[in-house]
Formats: sequence, structure tokens, C-alpha cells
Amino acid sequence: MAKILGAVTINQERCKGCDLCVVACPKDVLLLQPKEVNNRGYHFAFMKNPDDCIGCAACATVCPDGCIEVYRVKVPD
Amino acid sequence: MNINDIIKPENLVYAKPRLLKDNHMHYCPGCSHGVVHKLVAEVLEEMGMEEKAIGVAPVGCAVFAYNYVDIDWIEAAHGRAPAIATAVKRLNPENLVFTYQGDGDLAAIGTCETIHAANRGENIAIIFINNGIYGMTGGQMAPTTLEGMKTSTTPYGRRVDLNGHPLAIAPLLAQLDGTCYITRQAVHTPIAVRKAKAAIRQAFENSMNGLGTSMVEIVSTCNSGWKMTPAQSNAWMEENMFKKYPLGDIKNTVK
Repeated sequence: MAKILGAVTINQERCKGCDLCVVACPKDVLLLQPKEVNNRGYHFAFMKNPDDCIGCAACATVCPDGCIEVYRVKVPD
Repeated sequence: MNINDIIKPENLVYAKPRLLKDNHMHYCPGCSHGVVHKLVAEVLEEMGMEEKAIGVAPVGCAVFAYNYVDIDWIEAAHGRAPAIATAVKRLNPENLVFTYQGDGDLAAIGTCETIHAANRGENIAIIFINNGIYGMTGGQMAPTTLEGMKTSTTPYGRRVDLNGHPLAIAPLLAQLDGTCYITRQAVHTPIAVRKAKAAIRQAFENSMNGLGTSMVEIVSTCNSGWKMTPAQSNAWMEENMFKKYPLGDIKNTVK
């Protein structure tokens, strides 16, 4: 069976750190930066476990600010 | 496979819709308005109606919608969006006309305009954001505030004997013969977001097909007004708001 690999890019300056993408992710990939903030003072999201991402776009669908772009690729075994 | 090999334009599966502008939204972190703006932009893009769409945004947090969604907008006086939309649609029947209203706007100040526009069966779509509170002005009680819910004007919770019962607008409009599609959706999970998008698309199509008034009520959160985190307010909404405002189609005469 082919494997599906995903990745997301997060617009760090647009992100408001609302945490909704972190809650929505079924694979526990995302997390908010614990200390670092963006120019507007928000703890933006980042990929904590990039290897687990399946590119399901759940995070991007619930993101209120449209910060997340999702990429997905199918790799044959 | 390296992550940089995955992040390539040909592998892109989801991105911000083109019609949603790049400027920062003024909404609080986690506000449902952002998701609904995104859905409106996506639906208009998919329908190819961006040149023909006219939104009417009255007073409320969404008053600045013209800054975020790249279509034509009109600002209406508080609550009067359905009246303005009536005029726009009657004069320009080839345009897609919709209103974008909150619950303080639609259910309190604009109840008269909403009910009469729906009763006349104007071919407009109404997007109704119901978060049970006046979010923009600081979280005062709205007609849709739940019984016992604490707001800045009902600090001990809403009392039915003093403040009346919560007002459910969707069943009220469903009784009217002029309406063709009344539905209630939410945007708290990916599944709910996809259902809400389909509902908005159907409402817009009904408007273009001249079938009557459609209303999509989005039960949403106001985490600043409710004094919770965005994730907590989604859980609170599921637990409390959905009891009074259950999701699903209330009226659909189209299919």
C-alpha cells in the first residue's frame, strides 16, 4: 500500500495562536511555540512531529485566519 | 522523504482562498468569524461569482468584512441588512446578494427587517452568526443568550422571569412561506466546517435560482465574551448551545 506523507506551512506572522489547529490535528503534529512569539506577540503554531503528518488538512480547515497551507504526496513502498 | 520535497506547489492540497485578503483580521484569536469568512470566499470562488457578489454587512464584529473578503460590500445601519439587500437584489437580479449578520444585529435590532424580508421571499441569502452575546460591544446579553448564561449585563446568569426566554430565530423563519432553505450549522470541527460550506453554497445557489430567502445560521463561539480559551468555548458550545440550538436542516423545500 502506498504511504501518504503530508506537511504544512504556517504563516507565522498571521497566526494568532488560538490553538484550534492543535486540537483539530488527529496525529498530534502541531503545537504552539512555548516561548517564541511573532511580531504581534502571539505564540504561533509549528510542526512538533513533522514525520507524523498525513496532510488531512483538518488544521487548515478550522484555522480562522487561513494561515495554514497543506501539502500531501503519495509515496509507493 | 525530506519535508522540503513534500512542500512543493504540485503537492498543495489546501491553501487560503484567493478572495480572502492578506491583511490581518481584527477578530480575536479563535473567532468563528474567520472560518465563515474563509468559507464565503471559498464558495464564491468555486461558483465563479466574485464579480457578481454583493455582501451586506451591518453593525457587529463583521462590520469590517469588506477589509477581508475581496468582493463588493455595502454597510447597512444596525439590523437593516435584509432591507438593503432587498433593494440591491430587486434592482440587480443578476447579482448574488447576501447579508452577513450577528445575533445582536439579526435577532434583536433587525428582527423586523429579517422577518419581513423572509416573509416577502426576497431572493437573498442570510448568513447568521449566533454566539449568544453582543460580542463587539463587550459581551452584553442578546436575545439568543442562553438561560443562566453569564454576560456583562447578566452577571448572575440570564433569568427567564426578568429577561425572557432565549430566541431561536431559525424555527421562526422556517414557518414563513417565503423561505426555502433554513439550516443551522457550526464551524468547530473539520466535519462541521465542510457541512457549513455546503450549506452556504446551497443558500447562494437558491438565491441565484430565485427560490426565496435562505438562511444559514452558524452557531459559533465568542471566546473573549465568554471568557474562555477558543478550545474551551468550542467544548462549552457543544455542551450548552447545541441543546437549545440543535444543528441540521430545519426547512428545505428545494430538494
